[in-house]
Amino acid sequence: MKHEFIEKNVGLLAILIIIAISFGGLAQITPLIFQKETNTPVDTLRPYTALEMEGRDIYIREGCSVCHSQMIRPFRAETERYGHYSMAGESVWEHPFLWGSKRTGPDLARVGGRYSDAWHEVHLMNPRDVVSQSNMPGFPWLATDLLTGEDTARKLEIFNMLTKGQGHKDESGVIQPIYTEQDIAGAKAAVEGKTEMQALIAYLQSLGHAFK
Amino acid sequence: MSIFWTIWISVITLTVIIGCAVLLKAANTNNTGVKEGEPMPHTFDGIQELNNPLPKWWVGLFWFTIVIALIYSIAFPSYTANWNGFLNWTSADKNVTDITTLDARAETSKSQYQREIDAAEIKYGEVFKQLVYTDAGVYKDIEVIAKDSEAVKVGQRLFLQNCAQCHGSDARGSKGFPNLTDDDWLYGGDPLTIKETLMNGRNAAMPAWKDILGEEGIKEVTSYVLQLSGRRVNDIDAQAGAERFVVCAACHGADGKGLHAFGAPNLTDKVWLYGGSRKAVEDTLNNGRNGVMPAWKDVLGEDKIQLISAFVYSLSQPK
Repeated sequence: MKHEFIEKNVGLLAILIIIAISFGGLAQITPLIFQKETNTPVDTLRPYTALEMEGRDIYIREGCSVCHSQMIRPFRAETERYGHYSMAGESVWEHPFLWGSKRTGPDLARVGGRYSDAWHEVHLMNPRDVVSQSNMPGFPWLATDLLTGEDTARKLEIFNMLTKGQGHKDESGVIQPIYTEQDIAGAKAAVEGKTEMQALIAYLQSLGHAFK
Repeated sequence: MSIFWTIWISVITLTVIIGCAVLLKAANTNNTGVKEGEPMPHTFDGIQELNNPLPKWWVGLFWFTIVIALIYSIAFPSYTANWNGFLNWTSADKNVTDITTLDARAETSKSQYQREIDAAEIKYGEVFKQLVYTDAGVYKDIEVIAKDSEAVKVGQRLFLQNCAQCHGSDARGSKGFPNLTDDDWLYGGDPLTIKETLMNGRNAAMPAWKDILGEEGIKEVTSYVLQLSGRRVNDIDAQAGAERFVVCAACHGADGKGLHAFGAPNLTDKVWLYGGSRKAVEDTLNNGRNGVMPAWKDVLGEDKIQLISAFVYSLSQPK
């Protein structure tokens, strides 16, 4: 193919550029997806409860990950502040992962248990009530919006599908789905009538439970 | 990572590097049929192009990057998962599924993260130790640390980092989060109790009385509680409330002065954790309160807690 020909056909040039730059991703990223490390959950990892799962969706809906990362990098400055660096095995069941890429607020990967539920509630209603310098917006509607729990069971089923073959092993070494039939059957009852605030706080309190 | 991925990575990487070399060679070979420095046969708007070679420094730099790419790819972990490159570099210890194994590995680890931690330990470890430990290697008393202004400063930094979110950067707290600068303590303000609170956390449990006392009962007990702290209320209500206070006395004491064992606040002073208005007190009685102080033992470790305890203790001591 003549150089002149490529230069004069912009569509072809674009396709060739895409092929050329995809080599980097193919060599660097694709193999990681199939690594043992990224497919084996850490021993203490537990799936989100039905309420936490709903809270996670509220976290996504409200765009929390725009300002809060969930990824503690292996630097002393970060581990001193946030706790142990994040492990690949903690994110195995995350779909999609919420690592984020910007910290307007602090990292939340291990925020679970650091504050009381009451603190989270006050803080989510109006962050200035407890941290006067905060520039985080308030989320007061979470306290009044109720969950119906209609899709909750379906969500757990979908997560079983997404994490197929990545669950914990039972005593005989057989890989189990992360949610049991019981979990799915009781999902609706577990969240129905709870406020979105309760769900979000339950989710936040679960963050980082596996590696403390 | 299987042999498949090793081949996958190797083929793509080497093809790209060799491809770059071939491209460079081809671009640097004169196959136009025109001598170097002579005009090319085309013109645009009367502008001619000379057949000049690529600049030598630029070609040299390109070859240099190709060589660097090859060296880099064997210096750092690249083609297979089990080989860390000849520099034996890793960012952190990975491929571990439980924290015990990970902690054990840190002892001998040479990862970049561990080297950073070790370097910091050499730099700050001894200084930090002197703040918290005596020469004999036991903890200094918190009262002693509280008199050491350097140590208190370090304690304050830790407080601002970890505690100020609830208790405020001035440690004066806010509604629902205790003020630490006064003499009023829920669980006790002696050094060891402060440390215990920090280490293992606290869970207060004021039950909800709505169903038991009823609307009238809540009103009466509220009146009595307000009277305890010297407020003027309806005497008849307060009298009735005093009789009902028997159930409250289990935690708050018969005199309403509270009990550190339960974290039950003193109701006779003017300090109100959840507000001292009639409405706030009624709200507390109706719905109960569950003040939680998280446990910090596993997050911060005892050494740092010793320093924070000293800082908190120093706040309520006369200067």
